[in-house]
Amino acid sequence: MFIETKELTKQFGGLAAVKNVDFAIEKGKINAIIGPNGAGKSTFFNLVSGSYRPTSGQVFYKGENITNLPSNKIAKLGVSRTFQTTNLFEQATVLDNVIVGHRLRTQSNLLDAVLRTKRYKREEKQCRDKAMEVLDFTGLTHITDQLAGSITQEEKKRVAFALALATDPEVVFLDEPAAGINPGETEGLAELMKKMVKKGITVCLIEHKMQMVMKLAEKIMVLNYGEKIAEGTADEVMSNKKVIKAYLGGDASA
Amino acid sequence: MGPLQKKHLIITGLIILAGIFPFINQNDYWLHILTLSFIWMIAVYGLNLLAGYTGYLSLAHAGFFAIGAYSLGLLTVKAGINYWAALVLSCVITSVIGFLIGLISLRTREHFFAIYTLCVGYVIYLVIDKWDSLTGGVRGLIGIPAPSNIGPLSFESTLSQYYLVLFFLLATIFVMYRIVHSLSGRTFIAIRNSEELAGTIGISTMKNKLVVFVLSTFFAGLAGALYASFIRFIGPDIGYTTVIFDLLTYLLVGGIGTLAGPVVGTMLIVSVSQSLQFLQDYRMLIFGPLLTLIIIFYPRGIVGFFSDWYRKRQSTKLQSQKKKQVKSNMDDEDLHEDRVKEG
Ligand SMILES: Nc1ncnc2c1ncn2[C@@H]1O[C@H](COP(=O)(O)OP(=O)(O)OP(=O)(O)O)[C@@H](O)[C@H]1O
Ligand SMILES: [Mg+2]
Repeated sequence: MFIETKELTKQFGGLAAVKNVDFAIEKGKINAIIGPNGAGKSTFFNLVSGSYRPTSGQVFYKGENITNLPSNKIAKLGVSRTFQTTNLFEQATVLDNVIVGHRLRTQSNLLDAVLRTKRYKREEKQCRDKAMEVLDFTGLTHITDQLAGSITQEEKKRVAFALALATDPEVVFLDEPAAGINPGETEGLAELMKKMVKKGITVCLIEHKMQMVMKLAEKIMVLNYGEKIAEGTADEVMSNKKVIKAYLGGDASA
Repeated sequence: MGPLQKKHLIITGLIILAGIFPFINQNDYWLHILTLSFIWMIAVYGLNLLAGYTGYLSLAHAGFFAIGAYSLGLLTVKAGINYWAALVLSCVITSVIGFLIGLISLRTREHFFAIYTLCVGYVIYLVIDKWDSLTGGVRGLIGIPAPSNIGPLSFESTLSQYYLVLFFLLATIFVMYRIVHSLSGRTFIAIRNSEELAGTIGISTMKNKLVVFVLSTFFAGLAGALYASFIRFIGPDIGYTTVIFDLLTYLLVGGIGTLAGPVVGTMLIVSVSQSLQFLQDYRMLIFGPLLTLIIIFYPRGIVGFFSDWYRKRQSTKLQSQKKKQVKSNMDDEDLHEDRVKEG
């Protein structure tokens, strides 16, 4: 198994934001997590990527138990993510935002930086090259020198993708990448995700736009009130009674 | 001339000016004020790396300044160690204490960090003030020697001390420049921007924050040690809370998170406050509102204001250039249609 969660649970006070979720993310595919607002999707991401500690349960990555690793160590293993709200550094250029994304693959320290050692120069170039490469991959070469604060919403999403890709990930978690952008642009992002998979990167996304999910995802998990209520292909999930109930506003937790 | 060359020219000019200043101005008093300002600048640079570039506003740095000063004072006066060895040791002692305090205080964030470090700073002040047998308490420490000779170089005169401190300031700025414009600097800025995001791109936030904290206390300690050997007398009040607010004012007015900010802010405030000396403590009536206005309208200080202004001018220039280019391209279009498409 590539990434697997076992009885993953996160409790916020009395509220179980994620409850006993068993889920496997399949390598080389586009996986998706859907569910109504507040279902626990982002929390699930935060648990897998190490931003939150689970209350109970485990997360395995390529057979290794990563449940209690901090987020930076999980990133080093090849797990990357974007956030629901993009938090780029708006006063810096797009390129500057992305360069630091490759920092985790470099070794040079402060002394190297002050003395500008050979190692430092090589790694600086390595980070710059990587940034240019992922900016090219995400279709942003024309705006590398613009301030991140001055670009469009869709471009910001792409920069967030680029930043995640600069870490050389094996899997990326995308939290509502298409939120707040128009249908044409959504199409473009969907293409980008397919391109990522083609490059060998596993994708797991959270999305509200059903059409996009149904078209893209090969494996879907549906969360509702923190619990997994269905899992499978688009068709399987869509014909599931619990899912229909949850989405039509019925009380699915009954 | 490109903007980079212009910048280099300005910097070289300023260094030369600082170098020949003593010959232009023969007044010892001004030389004294300037040397003191340079010392403050070194401490402000340390603070800037932590508060400006990494996003952790420490209010304990007057305490670290005092630790540096007292370390040097005690090592030279009471232990009788060679000045230069004492200087190095003072920086090391400050950094080690900085490391221990950083280890605890960096578990808090934002306001809590500021309040926590404010308390730490005050505790350091109290320790110095009350530990009579070691520090001499309120009586202070007198008879601190000037830097000892290095070969034929003597540092007894105001002039030679001016150059010595200028040397340390330039070294500090050089180190800061290199750090800020490096992968490490980018790492710190990423932490300032969003610690959560920094973590998910593989940055060990705690390790990096600790490195910056220790480094910034190192510079505070260096400044303190230089202060002690320049003034030759120190009392507990150099670690008092007002000192950190002075440093912070210099930084905020000059521009927090900018490389030139500490120099600009310190020079400006020190010279204004010199010329307003007849107002005594009522000077604060001017500084208070001034500081408030700057924070509201220019959050990155005077330097930030100018660099924004410069960038805006640059980008409008670029746009008008592009427009011209597009226009000439359009004129060419009929003739070289394929080439334009390729481009
Ligand atoms: N840090 C937190 N502290 C307390 N409660 C939280 C925290 N984070 C999330 N929650 C709660 O957990 C539940 C799940 O939140 P989560 O953000 O995971 O939902 P989501 O499925 O991502 O929703 P959306 O579609 O709106 O993004 C919500 O009720 C939310 O209020
Ligand atoms: Mg969410």
